[in-house]
Amino acid sequence: MEFVTQHPVLVVSLIKIAIALFVVMTALAYLTWFERKVVARIQSRWGPYWVGPHGLLQPLADGIKFLFKEDIVPPAADKLSYVLAPFLAMALALSTLALIPIGPATVKILGQRTQLVIAHSNVALILLFAISSIGIYAVVLAGWSSNSKYPLMGGLRSSAQMISYEVSLTLSVVGVLLLAGSFDFYDIVGGQSGRWFHFLPKWHIIPQILGFICYLTAAIAETNRVPFDLPEAETELVAGFHTEYSSFKFAMFFMAEYANMITVSCLATLLFLGGWLSPFPASWHWQLYLPAAGLLLGGLALIAGGLRSVQMNAKIVFPILGIICIGVGYLCTFAAVMPVIQGPFWFMAKVFFLLFFYVWVRGTLPRFRYDQLMSFGWKFLLPLSLINLVLTSLVVVLRMR
Amino acid sequence: MVPISYFLILSAVLFGLGVVAFAFKRNIITIFMAIELMLNAVNLAFVAFSREFNQLDGLIFVFFVIVVAAAEAAVGLAIVMVIARNRKSLNVEDVNLLKF
Amino acid sequence: MNIAMLVFIVCGVMAVVGALALILAREPVHSALALVLVMISLAILYLLLGAAFVAAIQILVYAGAIMVLFVFVIMLLNAGEEVRTNASHLAKWVGLPLGIFFLFEMAYFLFREYGARSTAAGAVSAAPVVASTQQLSMKLFTVYLLPFELTSILILIAVLGAIVLAKRES
Repeated sequence: MEFVTQHPVLVVSLIKIAIALFVVMTALAYLTWFERKVVARIQSRWGPYWVGPHGLLQPLADGIKFLFKEDIVPPAADKLSYVLAPFLAMALALSTLALIPIGPATVKILGQRTQLVIAHSNVALILLFAISSIGIYAVVLAGWSSNSKYPLMGGLRSSAQMISYEVSLTLSVVGVLLLAGSFDFYDIVGGQSGRWFHFLPKWHIIPQILGFICYLTAAIAETNRVPFDLPEAETELVAGFHTEYSSFKFAMFFMAEYANMITVSCLATLLFLGGWLSPFPASWHWQLYLPAAGLLLGGLALIAGGLRSVQMNAKIVFPILGIICIGVGYLCTFAAVMPVIQGPFWFMAKVFFLLFFYVWVRGTLPRFRYDQLMSFGWKFLLPLSLINLVLTSLVVVLRMR
Repeated sequence: MVPISYFLILSAVLFGLGVVAFAFKRNIITIFMAIELMLNAVNLAFVAFSREFNQLDGLIFVFFVIVVAAAEAAVGLAIVMVIARNRKSLNVEDVNLLKF
Repeated sequence: MNIAMLVFIVCGVMAVVGALALILAREPVHSALALVLVMISLAILYLLLGAAFVAAIQILVYAGAIMVLFVFVIMLLNAGEEVRTNASHLAKWVGLPLGIFFLFEMAYFLFREYGARSTAAGAVSAAPVVASTQQLSMKLFTVYLLPFELTSILILIAVLGAIVLAKRES
């Protein structure tokens, strides 16, 4: 107990890390469910339906399957790199989440006032890019250490793609940096508060629309998602760099890809979509009740949908979930919770919208061929990011005069 | 409160290990990596001194060392690829056509 | 034993272990990974010394791009196992003690010169940032503008040289 009183900052950080890990791992699991459902609906089918009500236990079933599958190691594989690669991918994908703030408010945990971020750094943006640039090693090592031709080709292609699009990714963000003047996320989001013409929020997506498009495209390529997922598509290269991986290590690659997706979406909301700022003017006081109202409506929809559904377990589980939702919504109306929940609510809403966009793109667009992919990255996206940078710096300098 | 001499000793140790690797390894690429290790050790010394005397010039030097190391790595590895193609081996003792 | 000292010892040991692994590893890929470990631990030391931007640049450029190039070339050239070199016994029996002696001598003089003063780095989170990116870039683009432009030409030359050298004769 005196450990807690002697090192309060450390204990509070550990608590925040535990909460963040729990939330992120659950979000990862249900992101896979969400993706399968949405892609299925785009393709006019149902998606996971039978495992639990509406497939809600599908991630759990997948997790158990991954845990119990046989762990095969190719005989001539390089042991160190083979084992290191998935752990490296997962560790890097999760550690970038330590730098992302979800709200402006400060909360009191164990009597300590802390911000809603695990590690507040004033060079957070560039540290985040640095950490994700090490993720290339995971791909390259996975491909090479499996000692087999499909993973090797998949790994080299995938990492070459990641390196190429990483350049455009960082360049497309420099426009935002010029407008915000700092690497710190709090300053970047702070620069997006305020309105033009009294109703248009000053989010960076409006002056930096070109940068936003470049960023989103480069991010989809960087995380190896459709339409840039040739190196790991099943019909193309068996499974690319993670062909020879099974059970838990494959699950780690899988989770690392979704965690990267979440990180990139969080970064996009912080940089371009105003982070935790609400799109409504501050004078509209009713917007403080939006989280509670949203949860209430969601709860009611769950109850109604559950009672109307055909599945037996859905009839029982969904109303219970609906009641829990309404309960949490009521919790959001307490005076102590309401100001704190505003920031995270808008942040998560925007991240959710971007993740939906990711999944939507996956269900809609066909794949790029590898040479099309590389020429798109170097001959189109990079000049576009440079043009964005030049235009932005021109405008900033002219405005300073 | 870490005294600067600790950083300088660490930098010296890393530089010495880089020299040992440079002298004793036979794979060209590993020798190249020993050069990078030496450059990193020097970078550490630059940053430590920059902190000690509260000047930013040390950090600018580090920046330029990193940039020059990047350029040198690119050209050096291209040369290594040409050598590997011509001498069919990555052993530095096989690059001995000019030997007396 | 405050947290700065703890971080320094951990990262210092990691860097020295990485350098030793570079020397003792049998496969070049393991040496490359050891060098990446050295670079990351050095980046943490730069953070400890208050140079956050340089730490990020070190990881982003050095560990994340240059070493990836090394790893690519190692894999493309299929650099196999490193053969044990028959190093001369003189190197082992005289060199190692001589090296350690020089290390102690240098440590003695460094302590005598800089020992009393300690860098004002407190805990990592409370390190007063000596180098704000703004000051750094002001200095880079005013005082050191000429070297900056020269390095851009240098990089252009390096890119051209690498392409020309690595092209196959067609």
